[in-house]
Amino acid sequence: MKRPLLEVKNLKLHFPIDKGLLEKEQKYVKAIDGVNFSIYENETFGLVGESGCGKSTTGKAIMKLIDPTDGEVIFRGKDISKYSRKEMRNVYKNIQLIFQDPFASLNPRKSVGKIIEEPLIVNSNLDSKARKQRVHELLELVGLHAYHSTRYPHEFSGGQRQRVGIARALALNPKIIIADEAVSALDVSIQSQVLNLLRKLQRELGLTYLFISHDLSVVKHISDKIGVMYLGKIIEQGTKDSVYAKPLHPYTQALLSASPTISSENRQERIVLKGDMPSPANPPTGCAFHPRCFAAKPECKMVQPELRDVGDGHFVACHLYNEQV
Amino acid sequence: MKSYITRRLLQLIPVLLGMSIVVFAIIHAIPGDPATVILGDQATPEAVAELKAEMGLDKPITTQYATYVKDIVTGDLGTSLKTKKPISEEITPYLMATVELMIISMVIAIIVGVNAGILAAWRRASWFDYSAMLIALIGVSMPVFWLGLMEQWIFAEKLGWLPSTGRINAREPVEVITGILLLDTTIRGNWPGFVDAFKHLLLPGIALGTIPMAIIARITRSSMLEVLNADYVRTARAKGLSELKILYKHALKNAFAPVLTIIGMLVGLLLGGAVLTETIFGWPGIGRYIYDAIGSRDYPVIQSGILIVSTIFVFVNLFVDLLYAQLDPRIKYR
Amino acid sequence: METSTKEIQPFVIKSSKKPLWLKGWNRIKRQRAAMFGLAIVLFFIMVGILAPLITSYPFDGFYPERTLVPPSAEHWFGTDDQGRDIFSRIVYGARISLWIGFFSVIGSIIVGCLLGLIAGFYGKWADSVISRFFDIMLAFPSILLAIAIVAILGPSLFNALIAIAIINIPTYGRLIRSRVLSVKEEEYIMSARSTGMSDIRILFQHILPNSITPIIVQGTLGIATAILEAAALGFLGLGAQPGEPEWGKMLADSRQFLTVAPWTLLFPGFAIMLTVVGFNMFGDGLRDALDPKMK
Repeated sequence: MKRPLLEVKNLKLHFPIDKGLLEKEQKYVKAIDGVNFSIYENETFGLVGESGCGKSTTGKAIMKLIDPTDGEVIFRGKDISKYSRKEMRNVYKNIQLIFQDPFASLNPRKSVGKIIEEPLIVNSNLDSKARKQRVHELLELVGLHAYHSTRYPHEFSGGQRQRVGIARALALNPKIIIADEAVSALDVSIQSQVLNLLRKLQRELGLTYLFISHDLSVVKHISDKIGVMYLGKIIEQGTKDSVYAKPLHPYTQALLSASPTISSENRQERIVLKGDMPSPANPPTGCAFHPRCFAAKPECKMVQPELRDVGDGHFVACHLYNEQV
Repeated sequence: MKSYITRRLLQLIPVLLGMSIVVFAIIHAIPGDPATVILGDQATPEAVAELKAEMGLDKPITTQYATYVKDIVTGDLGTSLKTKKPISEEITPYLMATVELMIISMVIAIIVGVNAGILAAWRRASWFDYSAMLIALIGVSMPVFWLGLMEQWIFAEKLGWLPSTGRINAREPVEVITGILLLDTTIRGNWPGFVDAFKHLLLPGIALGTIPMAIIARITRSSMLEVLNADYVRTARAKGLSELKILYKHALKNAFAPVLTIIGMLVGLLLGGAVLTETIFGWPGIGRYIYDAIGSRDYPVIQSGILIVSTIFVFVNLFVDLLYAQLDPRIKYR
Repeated sequence: METSTKEIQPFVIKSSKKPLWLKGWNRIKRQRAAMFGLAIVLFFIMVGILAPLITSYPFDGFYPERTLVPPSAEHWFGTDDQGRDIFSRIVYGARISLWIGFFSVIGSIIVGCLLGLIAGFYGKWADSVISRFFDIMLAFPSILLAIAIVAILGPSLFNALIAIAIINIPTYGRLIRSRVLSVKEEEYIMSARSTGMSDIRILFQHILPNSITPIIVQGTLGIATAILEAAALGFLGLGAQPGEPEWGKMLADSRQFLTVAPWTLLFPGFAIMLTVVGFNMFGDGLRDALDPKMK
């Protein structure tokens, strides 16, 4: 079996909480608490979960935009999680990020050409003319035009801005693109255009994606494998087909039942979750999902379930499936 | 609230310490040295060296600083080189003169400024609003010392209504108890003395109060404009309350908070402006005292004077912050 | 996919003709008070530049034959006790006041921005040290601090400029620090970081340009303050030296003639006030046009 291009091993990110003068114990928000997954070349790994589950933070921790507390991020066989900022520069040539909000992630004071050119100035030794040439190529590649380069972000629509964000991410010919809620801020009709563009680019440029989203239908559209996150942990992971066809974790089942489906054959009763996701500063004991779970057993309150293989590369962290192993 | 006060007080320590370092550094950076000032230019180098040793000026700078801090903490502010009197005794009347002037200025500024601001907001875009805001603009742009000179020219020289300098008529001195003459004359029932002291206060008080007055008027107006559109003011109107009651009872209470926050800043402005105002009106206050000390190179006076004024300023700001926190329940004591 | 971009083009082309600064200018143009303030400021700048053409009298010298002459067709604003033409002195004095105003503010902004950027961007101990430094500076009434600094450096126009620049550093430093703290959290800063950009480049290419508007507004108002402070130091004898036609110094020199020759005091003070009004009006208008959230 070939080696994964990017491997995340036991990644943790804990923020200390400001403690009062009288509290002795330092408490932490466990935004990411031991996340593992692997992405193979030319593949798309979809990371889904409700907002606040730590999926976006995972993307940023891989890029070391936020320093992870513990764990390894192995890219092409090297652990980059302890790299200095200088060493990360070479990594940034290979891993790039597309941000959620195309309104916020483009500097309003710079023209689109400058925004796309900037990674080239910083990380390549192309001269000014070659850079301009590359910017024009990139604009065409993402479905914009060369003459757009002199315009400012506010002159573009949301979908166009996201194309600019994609062009910037592509500037350095990266291997991996982390798309952090890349289409969530867009209208549904524009979403599919951008998703199609991302798929086209994957085919043409041989890209590998880590696709982070809260929207299961979007993830289904683009992913090969899927990881479901809840409160800083991956609770179910597998190929797209197995997860969508046979969701095991009650949380995944609930999420899938809530997302609209067209086919009537696997339409099930809608499962409505009680309450909100608990705060990661004060997680429940045992299985973090048990207070909202419709199938909770007494042991769920006490013991934290491990992520187990249930066959076919399908993993789940739930006590319901203990006996099957 | 208690822990909030404690924390704010603790936060002051590094600031006060930093201020003492700055003041100490300023004194040591000013060219010349105290021993030469005391003995004069004709003194022999031996005599200067001897006096320096006596004053501890030959010790390492850190030792000198430590001694200085120890002296301040024990309440010893040093001795004036010029008058040879302890500064802690000498400074009180000067301080009181400035306090009296500042209080009058602030009272004038608040009464005129707040009322002008309220009326300007109430009759928005009227001739009153425009002229009040034009005057306020000129007010914030006014060189205090020029305003003082013009006041003297018009009200003292031309019209002869008010005295142009000093605190009190020299031929009829009043008995000093607190150092605040309006208070002292009241305690003694000295009515003519009170009037005299008040007349002396008016011109410098107006000169010093003009900039704060203009700032208060502008801020009151803009915060009143916000409040006057608020729902509870509409409700009050709907209840049929008189406009006057709405303005002064309901709206002002809420519009006053932004005014309060800048009062600390205004006190700093007044302390600085006092140097100029006191120079023009021959007012024997702390600003004059420090300014004269710089002229005569009276190092201990400069040092202690600046430190005292700044310490007062810091504590006024703290007091305003605490008051604000007390008045506005929305502020968290964090 | 292609159609959507084509549909949007018409108005894209229309709006792209105007660069960002022109849009700001169009908003300022609509503020009548701001334009009036700007006119006053430009008037004084022209007066300063064209001083030798405007007046035929020198600003310095001693003319015993014409001391304390009241305003007349010959001497519009009268003469002082040295027989110097007050109009000339005010015209040349415009150079000094504007010079000190501009350059002290530029000095405060450069140092203040540098400290504020470092404090806001790096946080932690750098922020604590710099913020405490600002607190300590602000704990002194500013004029008093300026007087003390001039006492160290010795009285002169240039030293007054330095003193004024120093005392105003925390104003700009704090302002830029708070801007940096909010701009730093913007996603485009994180995206800049994800391209492997150096801190210096992020600071000066991305954070500073997005923090500069309030600094421009505050700087314009700051020139007004600086001119007042320079005049005050001049008045106290700590700025301009004898002979230099500085407005504050002129007031100090003629104080004793308040009764006999009030014109010697009236016009220099009025010049200070009018210049300061100009900068304040322009600054207020700039704020309303560019940065309405700022108070």
